[in-house]
Amino acid sequence: MSTLHTVNKSPFTNGALLSCLKHCKPGDAVLLIEDGVYGALAGSSVAGAVSDSLEDVTLYVLGGDASARGLDDGKVLSGAKTVGYDGFVDLVVDHARTQAWL
Amino acid sequence: MSNIKKFLYVNRKAPYGTIYALESLEVVLIGAAFDQDVSLAFLDDGVFQLTKGQDTGAIGVKNFSPTFRALGDYDVTKLFVERESLEERGLSEGDLQEIVYEDEDDDWAEKPSIKIVSRAEMADIMSGQDVVLSF
Repeated sequence: MSTLHTVNKSPFTNGALLSCLKHCKPGDAVLLIEDGVYGALAGSSVAGAVSDSLEDVTLYVLGGDASARGLDDGKVLSGAKTVGYDGFVDLVVDHARTQAWL
Repeated sequence: MSNIKKFLYVNRKAPYGTIYALESLEVVLIGAAFDQDVSLAFLDDGVFQLTKGQDTGAIGVKNFSPTFRALGDYDVTKLFVERESLEERGLSEGDLQEIVYEDEDDDWAEKPSIKIVSRAEMADIMSGQDVVLSF
């Protein structure tokens, strides 16, 4: 069964997101939280790498953390899905394991 | 026993800039008391934790790198190191300290604990776990 990966660091100061994407298996989910939500910015220097991974991986953004940082839906990659804390819990329950990328 | 779970400790940070690496090792040693199926993964800057020749005398913190060599005595014998992470940093297996364990099923023969794996193999190892603890 698949893995939920969480990333809580900005991809512009930390390699966690890119390393995470390189270790995902098809069918895995990646949830961006805290400063990790910047990884979903459309038009950024990592947007290409993130978009490419969407073929195999589902990308989620924690809505509260995105809103707090002014990332509305228009600034976020079109393939990313926004979830709340309840959705976060559902993702944890629906995957066999959760792996944090710190 | 059926309630043995596969635990993976993921190490992605260099040893002395933050407390993560030392804390990971402490948790591994504590966790070893619970007789679970434990593996350690070293990738990204985590590969620096296992290099030879560390000397912390001038920075006033404990050099914990020799402690990795004690893990075999706690039945922690699977240390997976990612080849791509080594290569990105100009390192090879020869730059890592030698870590061995005594195999009780093979007349206590000494065997290497470190296994170099590819990034794809590391992804497979991660996806095969019951519990993943990240440091």
